[in-house]
Amino acid sequence: MAEFLALYLPSWLAYLVAGLVHCALLLLIPFAGAMFFVWVERKVSARIQDRLGPTRVGGRFGWLQLLADGLKLINKEDVMPKDADALLFRMAPYVSFCASFTALLALPFSQGWVPQHMNVGVFFILAVLGLEVFGVILGGYSSASKWSLFGAMREAAQVVSYEVPLGLCVVVPVMIAGSMDLVTIASMQAGLFTNWFIFHDPFTFITFWVYFTCAVASVNRAPFDLAEAESELVAGFHTEYSGFRWLAFYMAEYGSMFAVSGLAAILFFGGWNGPLPVAELLRLTHDTGPVAGYLGNLLGLFNFVFKCVAGVTVMIWVRWTLPRLRIDQVLKTCLKYCTPLAAGAFLGAAVWTLYLPGGVGLRSRPYVEVLERAPQNARQPSTSAAPDRIAAKPQPILRAGGINPPE
Amino acid sequence: MEPINWHTFFFLLFSLVACAFAVAVLISTNIVRMAFYLTLSLGATSGLFFLAGADFVGAMQLLIYVGGTLVLLIFGVMLTAQGPFISMKTAGGEWVLATIVGGALLALLLQTAFSVNDWHGPAAATPSHFGAREASSDPLTQPFTPATETASVRTASVTRGAKPAGEPSPWSEEAPRTATRLGMGLLGARVDLLEQHDDTLRHGMSGYLLPFEIVSVHLLVVLVGAAYLARAKRRARN
Repeated sequence: MAEFLALYLPSWLAYLVAGLVHCALLLLIPFAGAMFFVWVERKVSARIQDRLGPTRVGGRFGWLQLLADGLKLINKEDVMPKDADALLFRMAPYVSFCASFTALLALPFSQGWVPQHMNVGVFFILAVLGLEVFGVILGGYSSASKWSLFGAMREAAQVVSYEVPLGLCVVVPVMIAGSMDLVTIASMQAGLFTNWFIFHDPFTFITFWVYFTCAVASVNRAPFDLAEAESELVAGFHTEYSGFRWLAFYMAEYGSMFAVSGLAAILFFGGWNGPLPVAELLRLTHDTGPVAGYLGNLLGLFNFVFKCVAGVTVMIWVRWTLPRLRIDQVLKTCLKYCTPLAAGAFLGAAVWTLYLPGGVGLRSRPYVEVLERAPQNARQPSTSAAPDRIAAKPQPILRAGGINPPE
Repeated sequence: MEPINWHTFFFLLFSLVACAFAVAVLISTNIVRMAFYLTLSLGATSGLFFLAGADFVGAMQLLIYVGGTLVLLIFGVMLTAQGPFISMKTAGGEWVLATIVGGALLALLLQTAFSVNDWHGPAAATPSHFGAREASSDPLTQPFTPATETASVRTASVTRGAKPAGEPSPWSEEAPRTATRLGMGLLGARVDLLEQHDDTLRHGMSGYLLPFEIVSVHLLVVLVGAAYLARAKRRARN
């Protein structure tokens, strides 16, 4: 886009505008997504509790309730406790929001449609999601209130503990795909839905459920939401926040939910690939032409967003169904159940990949095609100078990585 | 008006943020704020890593330094920030001593940095909108192209913008595989030096498997020790 604008604007301005446009598009996700998810939450929670939810503003379904809420929050008075640390109190919501927003930088929404294509996409998202705890700690501390501090401590302990099983769960699809690049991982699941990694082997199936539990815990949603336990701690770390700062925390929470759902969709559910390869059947690929390729990508985008929304909806559903866990139960779940399960599933998936690399079930096998065409893709290393050590490496390690072992 | 080099701009921005907040850590007297400024400074450092094309190290900096070490630091600082530690003022003599030590280190680093004749980046192409990819013969520096995209890369002709015909479509750009060399190096195979012809230097190509194992065992010992130290001690009841 920058080169396109450079034809009409001075080149420094072109890059600036292109960057701002991309930022605005990404910012839409926490803003508009939070609005939409708040509406979904209120409606779903209402139905589960046998009532209707917002029905007045904007017609029968209360569409514009979100707009009314947003306007109200922006107009609220800006209060801060007297003993609060002013700088940290003001900065805390934005730290959380930035962490949640940065995770969307590496998330591919369709084939090649990723804001920053990183080789270590998975690793980057894990790293950044763990930074959200800073906003929580700073907010809790700077509010000069004991409820906030308790909530912040609990939440920090919870998020930090759940990073371990989360990382272990994420490693399983990375190992199956052989790359940390999210675009590659999702490309490998193209074709029928049986290609999705969740159906690759039973251990990956287990891994998905453990991942989902850990993801819900690490974004502090019920049943793990004792940091914001409304009935116990007033509102936990964001007790003293109101108005736009509270909105920033809220958007950070929904943005993170969207990000972890997106990560689950890419790692386990094929990302932008639908259950049937409709785009290929309709010839909407890049082979046909740029417009058809764009439409095919758009279809992938809808698939991906649908999966993310489904993930967030399941999180909302779980929130209003299960009772809240105590902090000792939360940590017990992490250390005694999730981590051993994740480690066991990792071991099982590793052994399975070693001896049955194609997974189970019928698949149209892009996975094997990628491996078979690897010699044509990656140009051959000059094997004349390669020492024997490298040639003696066991096969599976190099094969999974997509590098052709020197013959 | 000559075009702004955005790479330089962001480099200056990140460096300025890192240095300014590091100085703020020195000057500030509130210990919790010091920890917060350190967070921002280290975050800007990771930004510098990303600018240099080292994605893995940048993400590692965020994960371990900012997300691990600093969380621990802030926890400790917050829970122990009582009384005399909330406002820490440094005495004049300590300023002088610190300036001498810090200044000496800075002078040493500057002299070392400017004594290198030719700084150059790795042979890999950076993921770029900024320029063409160099045709390096090292396969690891070439982007990894899955089979499903090979055809699209060759046949897509982009009409938007000023890209010359024959360049792949903007959506099939790949990222150079920075993590592969690191992983293989940790396993003992320095695949980034496959074309090393000098025999003396070839002896150093054994990779980092032994240090990796040593560090792993070390971390395991640390974990076991921490769990032991944190166990609930049962008191003997009469």
